[in-house]
Amino acid sequence: MAELHTLTAHELADQMRRGAVSAREIAEATLARIAAVDERVKSFVTVTPEAALAQAREVDERRARGEALPPLAGIPIALKDNLCTRGVRTTCASKILDNWEPPYDATVVARLRAQHAVFVGKTNLDEFAMGSSTENSGLFVTHNPWDLSRVPGGSSGGSAAAVAAREATLALGSDTGGSIRQPAAFCGVVGLKPTYGRVSRYGLVAFASSLDQIGPMARDVTDAALLLQAISGSDPSDATSAPVAVPDYMQALRPEVKGLKLGVPREFFAQGVAPEVEAAVRAAVDRLVALGAEAEEVSMPHIDYAFPAFYIIAPAEASSNLARYDGVRYGLREPASDPTTMMERTRDAGFGAEVKQRIMLGTFTLSAGYYDAYYLKALKVRTLVKQDFDRAFERFDLLVAPVTPTVAFAIGERANDPLQMKLADVCTVPVNLAGGPAIAVPCGFHAGLPIGLQLMAKPFAEETLLRAAYTYEQATDWHLRAPAL
Amino acid sequence: MTEFEAVIGMEVHAELLTASKMFCGCPTTFGAAPNTQVCPVCLGLPGSLPVPNRRAVEFVARTALALHCEISPRSIFYRKNYYYPDLPKGYQVSQYGDDPIGRNGYIEIVVGGQTRRIGIRRCHLEEDTGKLFHVSPQTSEVDYNRSGVALMEIVSEPDLRSAEEAREYLVQLRAILTYLGVCDGKMEQGSLRCEPNISVRPKGSAAFGTKTELKNLNSFRAVSRGIEYEIERQVAVIRAGGQVTQETWRWDETRQVTAPMRSKEFEQEYRYFPDPDLVPMVFTPDWVQTQQESLPELPRQKQLRFQEQYGLPAYDAQILTETRALADYFEAAAARHADAKAVSNWVMGELLGRLNAASLDISESKVTPEGLAGLLDLVANGTISGKIAKDVFEEMFVSGKAPEAIVQEKGLTQISDEGALATTLDAIIAANPKEWEALKGGKEQLTKFFVGQVMRATKGRANPQLVNDLLKQRLAS
Ligand SMILES: [Zn+2]
Repeated sequence: MAELHTLTAHELADQMRRGAVSAREIAEATLARIAAVDERVKSFVTVTPEAALAQAREVDERRARGEALPPLAGIPIALKDNLCTRGVRTTCASKILDNWEPPYDATVVARLRAQHAVFVGKTNLDEFAMGSSTENSGLFVTHNPWDLSRVPGGSSGGSAAAVAAREATLALGSDTGGSIRQPAAFCGVVGLKPTYGRVSRYGLVAFASSLDQIGPMARDVTDAALLLQAISGSDPSDATSAPVAVPDYMQALRPEVKGLKLGVPREFFAQGVAPEVEAAVRAAVDRLVALGAEAEEVSMPHIDYAFPAFYIIAPAEASSNLARYDGVRYGLREPASDPTTMMERTRDAGFGAEVKQRIMLGTFTLSAGYYDAYYLKALKVRTLVKQDFDRAFERFDLLVAPVTPTVAFAIGERANDPLQMKLADVCTVPVNLAGGPAIAVPCGFHAGLPIGLQLMAKPFAEETLLRAAYTYEQATDWHLRAPAL
Repeated sequence: MTEFEAVIGMEVHAELLTASKMFCGCPTTFGAAPNTQVCPVCLGLPGSLPVPNRRAVEFVARTALALHCEISPRSIFYRKNYYYPDLPKGYQVSQYGDDPIGRNGYIEIVVGGQTRRIGIRRCHLEEDTGKLFHVSPQTSEVDYNRSGVALMEIVSEPDLRSAEEAREYLVQLRAILTYLGVCDGKMEQGSLRCEPNISVRPKGSAAFGTKTELKNLNSFRAVSRGIEYEIERQVAVIRAGGQVTQETWRWDETRQVTAPMRSKEFEQEYRYFPDPDLVPMVFTPDWVQTQQESLPELPRQKQLRFQEQYGLPAYDAQILTETRALADYFEAAAARHADAKAVSNWVMGELLGRLNAASLDISESKVTPEGLAGLLDLVANGTISGKIAKDVFEEMFVSGKAPEAIVQEKGLTQISDEGALATTLDAIIAANPKEWEALKGGKEQLTKFFVGQVMRATKGRANPQLVNDLLKQRLAS
């Protein structure tokens, strides 16, 4: 039998059902793997072995009693460290939270707990999810398991690296402008950003509230579907969660793309996309066509404006969302003789450069006198981008594009070039503005580094995404490759 | 000398009587131990999200309808961004711009016999902040129990022209709020707070003067006094050749003066933008109509009905309808005693007088409407005199006993026995021969003396009419 940490969630669930393996053995294997490789990969901010083993023990006890358990019972899951976990510190990779321990679980965490999933730890990210390489973490840098000198992408870099390095079977990330899909592509795993409103944001520490969405990261499409199933559904604690029934995503997992209409928007291939990436993505389109899909080029004229609009809207919301870190109630406090100075010093000491830059940008664009020219205009652009998607989805079932213009870049390479750094998200940002779901699946390699294929669908059409991604995955073996560590 | 007139607009914050806060399930009970009514949402903990309280939204919409406002078909929550230790999220969820829940309404007030319509600019929903206490120069403490409590803001047009009008506006507004049951209207506890903005201009001028905002008005008295003081202050500044500056002033209750708080030379930058955590509130015409139809009788309607149905003067009707409880009290008593004006006199005079002196609410009165009606019946049928009735009322007010029982117990029944009263009167005449001669000589003021002596001798129980008649008989003989 293969080593337990190398198996997928659905394989582990099968083994457990057959009685071939216990939850404790799985948890121990995963914790051993973390102990063996995380010193080099540095996916985790916090590892919680005692809690993981306790959860595993409970699963085994229930199994011994003959209870029927939910699909994720006993499956090791890593959580991005911007998801609140009761009693387990939640840092957002920021000094300002200073080992803050939330008194409550995020809704997704509570739902996974109810499934008896096993939480192995909290993963690194760019501070407050602001970044594309996890280099902006206020704590340390995470390394790409395929090449430790390269970035894992970001901001869910820790979760992507953990899944790729087999340190966790599954992981949750959050995606505001590509933060699930981009690191998934860099690390050669599957990452899915659900429709805005599909998954409750309650307990996700906000970056940009109108864009943030929690989603699964996994080693294959089946696992991603399993995790999506567990976390989806409306939540009375999140007013923006959608009252839309959750379908059985497992039913979507069938190799069937006959007649599926794929739109290939040319704007997504124009923005500095490396030839090897373009080649891999076009080859993937050809593969899907060979499997029965139909593909056609399409133009989405406002896509070029999505990126600048995103960089108005997201910092504006962030500047307000991050106002609460003032040293008064929790987290870091830099003492001073009066409250105002204390707040200023705390924020100055607690936030990293990237976060400060975005707060200043957002503060500026929301100011009277600039609001109309920037924020309001960006909202109008957002509407136009959304209309581009709506129009495209009148003709197509899915849109196909690269996830990232290049493969993973070297650590430090773009540290002094913020625009190049942000351009890593240029292909992922548009669908966040539109609100629909998108998935990243491995579709090739260049110089030993993974390349990602991005599929986008209209809101609440996750099933179509999963079906096409599953069909492609079954016809290829990119997802079976593992980094040598 | 130039005559000046005041231009006053009112900004009122009313704490809504919802059981839970605006965006979370925390209770809103007044006076709980600090930071015991809090949760991740109202503490603004990272990751927490607001969920609007439907009841609060309904309360504001109903108030807006009672204020004759239009209801915005789609109303949005905004974030008002600023830093203060009592503001846990670094922003307050409020409303802004041209889509508050209600807009363009009015309140009708009657002052000096004149009926005036005071425009309502907007009526919207927001959340309260916590409370900061400076306990020492080095230490401040924050209580977040109030944080996230649902507040309604009602902004009037600058249509008020005097402190008296401003006070009456507030009285009518408070009446509407308490009638609707959306706010308890307790200014002293801060559940109803008013911040007038005041300017003065030469009478007849159309342009507005520079306005100041007045804070810390914690009672109706403070509202009248504070506004009066501020108007006089501004007029004095202008008469002395000076200029009023746009500032916030604070009413100092102990010194009975206004004092400047902070300059408002530059507008604070609040960076309002629609709160992305909340979805727009949508009000369908059907829903609005249902709410409109289910509004209770409002103070102004009740006033007009009281004048019509009970034949009361406008003044009485206005006072009796200030709170629904008082109006209900009056109606319950008037249903049992035919002379509505007498009921009104006793409610407005004795009852309110004693309640105010004891700082009690009408709901805490031991004198029930039935009791008051019974007392008035005893006066009307001659069982007791009006004077005795006041003593009986006092006893009722303290003990809550029924008037009949008190009269019985204390033997207060009016003496209408002619023989007994004649004996008493004759004894008094005999004891005061000088006065008697003077009265007979035409000094009519002495009538009062003799009646008074009889009343004293009978401990007030003598039927005064009968004593008068007996006295006349003796003078004529
Ligand atoms: Zn609360």
